[in-house]
Amino acid sequence: MAGKTLYDKLWDAHLVRENPDGSALLYIDRHLLHEVTSPQAFEGLRLAGRKPWRIDANLATPDHNVPTTLVERRGGVAAIADPVSRVQVQTLDDNCAEYGILEYRMNDPRQGIVHVIGPEQGATLPGMTIVCGDSHTSTHGAFGALAHGIGTSEVEHVLATQCLIAQKMKNLLIRVEGELAPGVSAKDIVLAVIGRIGTAGGTGHALEFAGSAIRALSMEGRMTLCNMAIEAGARVGLIAVDDTTIDYVQGRPLAPKGALWEQAVASWRELHSDPDACFDKVVELDAAAIKPQVSWGTSPEMVLPIDARVPDPAAEADPTRRDAIARALQYMGLQPSQAITDIRLDRVFIGSCTNSRIEDLRAAAAVARGRRVAASVKQALVVPGSMPVKRQAEAEGLDRIFIAAGFEWREPGCSMCLAMNADRLEAGEHCAATSNRNFEGRQGAGGRTHLVSPAMAAAAAVCGHFVDVRELLEQAP
Amino acid sequence: MKAFTRHEGLVAPLDRANVDTDQIIPKQFLKSIRRTGFGPNLFDEWRYLDVGEPGQDCAQRPLNPEFVLNQPRYRGASILLARENFGCGSSREHAPWALDEYGFRAVIATSFADIFFNNCFKNGLLPIVLKAEEVDVLFRDTLANPGYRLSIDLASQTVARSDGSTFAFAVDAFRKHCLLHGLDDIGLTLEHAEEIRAFEAQHRARHPWLFPGSSPAP
Ligand code: SF4
Repeated sequence: MAGKTLYDKLWDAHLVRENPDGSALLYIDRHLLHEVTSPQAFEGLRLAGRKPWRIDANLATPDHNVPTTLVERRGGVAAIADPVSRVQVQTLDDNCAEYGILEYRMNDPRQGIVHVIGPEQGATLPGMTIVCGDSHTSTHGAFGALAHGIGTSEVEHVLATQCLIAQKMKNLLIRVEGELAPGVSAKDIVLAVIGRIGTAGGTGHALEFAGSAIRALSMEGRMTLCNMAIEAGARVGLIAVDDTTIDYVQGRPLAPKGALWEQAVASWRELHSDPDACFDKVVELDAAAIKPQVSWGTSPEMVLPIDARVPDPAAEADPTRRDAIARALQYMGLQPSQAITDIRLDRVFIGSCTNSRIEDLRAAAAVARGRRVAASVKQALVVPGSMPVKRQAEAEGLDRIFIAAGFEWREPGCSMCLAMNADRLEAGEHCAATSNRNFEGRQGAGGRTHLVSPAMAAAAAVCGHFVDVRELLEQAP
Repeated sequence: MKAFTRHEGLVAPLDRANVDTDQIIPKQFLKSIRRTGFGPNLFDEWRYLDVGEPGQDCAQRPLNPEFVLNQPRYRGASILLARENFGCGSSREHAPWALDEYGFRAVIATSFADIFFNNCFKNGLLPIVLKAEEVDVLFRDTLANPGYRLSIDLASQTVARSDGSTFAFAVDAFRKHCLLHGLDDIGLTLEHAEEIRAFEAQHRARHPWLFPGSSPAP
């Protein structure tokens, strides 16, 4: 019999029951909550007179709506200017208080974007099943955990039953071998993968990243990769557990200690696909060939290397694709065959659950150091992913590098990733963003988002247009 | 949950691939803590000429005459015809809530994003996957015939055209059962509460570090 994939192992270890019709009940170890997708679930629970099944499996934090300026943040929830956001954050606080769920509230020293704080606090552990009413829950798969986003009805279901009704997915392996060039990061790998397989390429699959280039990544890089599995259509991203994983988890506040730690580590060592495991699909990439990537269109698959030109719809034979290209160029205000390096930026956003961890900020700061944000750029924001990331960055002096270069240094939250708070683009503005979605209107109605790595975003900020960050890294400022 | 058995209705064609959840219901409307009220903001950025904000009276807003759902011939449509990868992007269940409240009972497309697909079933909205050739035929028919209607039968898993010809679609047995009978998932799962408890006890014995007991003080 063929061996098991990592996904198969995680599935089997959490299978409560399988129905003859193929649906299954999976036991959920960790349920993360935030303010946007949980209120209706708590309401449903209350209306049905049900109680949460297991309180200690839940962890909540507000992130999507929280203001990111210190001025607004200081006054606490009551001082959130937007009344609708305020109600949503307050509702999360009230629900967690009512049910006794652990919550890192807005100004708690552990608060942050839900996908940053889980790993940071040790609430995300290898081998777990993790769900959250947020599609970027795939991030946690970087720890060899089975993690994916769910809808609000499922949030209620997990609260009430500690289980999820699930269908088994297929297995997709993305193997990236070789060494990345300096200045090329995990973000460039994942954008290149999406460019290759498309935004529906992973639909119905659990996507495992493997190969020497993946093993060489830090946990931050691995999280960036798994975070965007969903942008390739795969709800689940996965990476095998190794020493890098275990070293990262050790000593985190909620991680096991002492004898339990030893026992856990022994079990986590099994969390990899067997050498003879069978995948439904395998895609291979050469790490050395990956250049810094920039998305030019309104879907993450519309992405190209920095030295490329945007496509010309006239050259596309397929009518649906031709239409999509023409529509994207029009929305983005770009000319057919325009060089990516000729795209000028109005704003720059460094943050989001994709790229707001300490390593991301270090990479951006290395480019910003001793340089200035171009005069033509109206705003360059740096939004750390969590309070601990912010403190760490400040201890390393990164905040001062950014501020000296003309960036704004903000409080943790989702911020301009989806512009639910006051941070947003004006219509027609181009933004170099380290987030994950370049959909129409994502960062503000009519806004034009280009997805890039933190180093590329910082380079775009100082040049005012896209540039190969490797050129900047070679020359001293 | 609302049951879905059979539905006959007017078809509206949305001829775009990769329609994402940010288009279906833009994020500013996600701040609501209720399950209702999203219908008027379905496809907000395409549907209206001004910028939508929560709390507006949408009846007073300028409609975009170019947008397909604003064309009089599609008024009252209850079946949405779309292309590949419909509903990609976020997990927001507000997307099916908005489609449902607008009046759609089914979406026909060549493919759907996983989370959206799943969320539809939880809300009595039927997502139907047909082959690209079949979807092409339906687009052609819809555009050529004002008032074009289809009839969908979940029990027999077919989409019937007015000439009596049908296209078959697949749907997994559990979802079909729940939808046909309008069953509440949570109630069904709780029928297995004993089994869940037994699993939990075993799981705890094997992985004690996953059960720290009580959470640390907040
Ligand atoms: S940072 Fe962006 S993608 Fe991540 S959870 Fe927040 S809104 Fe979603």
